[in-house]
Amino acid sequence: MTSNPMAGAVRRGRQYVPLLVTSVLLVLMFSVGSVQYDGFLSGQVLLNLLIDNAFLLVVAVGMTFVVLTGGIDLSVGAVVALSTMLSAWLVERHGWPPLLVIPLVLVVGTVAGFVMGWVIHSFEIQPFIVTLAGMFLARGLCYTISIDSISITDPTYTAFAQTRIPLPGDLFVSPSVLVAVGVVAVAFVVLHHTRLGRNVYALGGSEQSALLMGLPVARTKIAVYAVSGFCSSLGGVLLTFYMLSGYGLHAVGLELDAIAAVVIGGTLLTGGSGYLLGTVLGVLVLGLIQTLISFQGTLSSWWTRIVIGGLLFVFILLQRLIVGRRKV
Amino acid sequence: MTKHRLFWPAVVLAVLLLANLAFTPDFFAIRIKDGHLYGSLIDILHFGAPLVLVALGMTLVIATGGIDLSVGSTVAIAGALACLHISEAADPASPGTVVASVAIALAVALVLGVANGVLVARVGVQPIIATLILMVAGRGVAQLVTGGQIITVTSGPYRLIGGGYWLAVPFAVLLAVVVVLLTALLTRRTALGLLLESVGGNPVASRLVGIRASGLIALVYVFSALCAAVAGLMISSNVSSADGNNAGLWIELDAILAVVVGGTSLTGGRFSLGGTVLGALIIQALSTTIYTIGIPPETTLVFKAFVVITVCLIQSPAFRAKAVRRRSSATRSARPRPLKTEEAEA
Repeated sequence: MTSNPMAGAVRRGRQYVPLLVTSVLLVLMFSVGSVQYDGFLSGQVLLNLLIDNAFLLVVAVGMTFVVLTGGIDLSVGAVVALSTMLSAWLVERHGWPPLLVIPLVLVVGTVAGFVMGWVIHSFEIQPFIVTLAGMFLARGLCYTISIDSISITDPTYTAFAQTRIPLPGDLFVSPSVLVAVGVVAVAFVVLHHTRLGRNVYALGGSEQSALLMGLPVARTKIAVYAVSGFCSSLGGVLLTFYMLSGYGLHAVGLELDAIAAVVIGGTLLTGGSGYLLGTVLGVLVLGLIQTLISFQGTLSSWWTRIVIGGLLFVFILLQRLIVGRRKV
Repeated sequence: MTKHRLFWPAVVLAVLLLANLAFTPDFFAIRIKDGHLYGSLIDILHFGAPLVLVALGMTLVIATGGIDLSVGSTVAIAGALACLHISEAADPASPGTVVASVAIALAVALVLGVANGVLVARVGVQPIIATLILMVAGRGVAQLVTGGQIITVTSGPYRLIGGGYWLAVPFAVLLAVVVVLLTALLTRRTALGLLLESVGGNPVASRLVGIRASGLIALVYVFSALCAAVAGLMISSNVSSADGNNAGLWIELDAILAVVVGGTSLTGGRFSLGGTVLGALIIQALSTTIYTIGIPPETTLVFKAFVVITVCLIQSPAFRAKAVRRRSSATRSARPRPLKTEEAEA
């Protein structure tokens, strides 16, 4: 609208508001927890947040790519479940070596994402409905493999699950945390410092303009769904380590948690604006809610859902205030 | 005849039912036992009634270009509230208690619908996100109402809503038929349907011609929530219990599927109530078929995935353009023929 540099600076500043709010919220929740409960204020509680939510973090990173283009991926939870199922089935029932199974699972997830992206782009069907079909398909495939849970006793998996990496100060993390942090670092560089990342933002800002500017819209659009598929399957591999089982009912509703984390992290659902580190904060907020509720002890687990819903509500209202009615 | 918008859904339903005949020869048999109608077809109608209702509400929401993901949660909340009220009442079997419990469930659904409507129409949040909030929080609320337990009730009048019979026909079917007829009357015999379609087709243009888009949009979310609440009452009444966790789980997806299969475009601007009813019956018949053939019911999801994607591809102008282009280039050398029928489809 305006070429006034001040207005531009103000608008850019406003973009950081959700991020700021999320950070303040995080600090606030942690302080309340520390004051209220003994043993809350420790580095290990913080690290446990990462240990328990490593898979969610990885999935949410993939979701950030998709949401930044203005799309949505409802299949992530189902792809995570399919990955756990496929891993457990191949390793336990067929005796395949884990070193072969894990890359295979990652390829399956990436291809699934790629195909969904391709359908969305080439047939101009809403991402919502295509990934919904993907969700049905992936969950259904879980059940065709096995209706019951398959537990994993493979030594490689159990070793990976039980390994604790000591940190200075009597702290420890699991290998999954390292994987998740690695994914975040790579995604950060890709999103904020490469051409693909710029294209993702451009596509989310306005697909029409991106097309007119000669940006590779098709490639970028398909790429984000492939990235999300890859992240989901990697999240599935991490969840397999965490749960040591494969089950069609693993990660039910994970897509909602991932979307919630992205929104709470300040990424606009209309696309084009947001930060990867915001998503990390969003995942931490979700994890902290769970931790607080478990520390509280008397509140039941369903309060988690209600609080997450309430937070989503607040942050979506905040987004509306920030962008105004520009993008109705 | 093939150009009629209900033709393909009707064909699919007929094929599904005939396929059942091959596996169970007496599939079409309808008997009268204890003064009630019995038979597989009656079962499809009976168990399909809640889905028909939810899909009906969803149709109007989709006609305005929106979507309502929160219906599953509304189903759970309505069932939970009604069962809670009945289980705590002094006399669970009295009609007064049941009427009160139904009223409570509908009133709360009204509030939930208004909340969705205000978020979408006033605040301007994308429908998928606005209703996502209630979808996430609603399950929690339903479990809060039931205290995480499954509430079981024994109440004759309440049982009637979803599990009872009236004039030998399942009461739920009658209820669904009445709601469908009323909706059809309201939308097709008054200007309401036209207004909804115009809002879905082009919100800006319809505002410029003086249609109060925001009021209409809010209205369809309220209607959708009320339909979901009645469906929730039926489901909980049929099993005489309320399960906050599993009642209506994924019914939003089935409802969207039914709407899409029925020929209503997800982009809004056009809707077909008859198509939606057929769509819902197709989904229910599919589930029944899978049970009777003996495939594990959990794999229904795979079938549904293929149904959704096929229907969406057929509806997609881009896909049809590509398919038509391919076919025309293949037939051009042999015999040019008009392609009007393909384009008129869907």
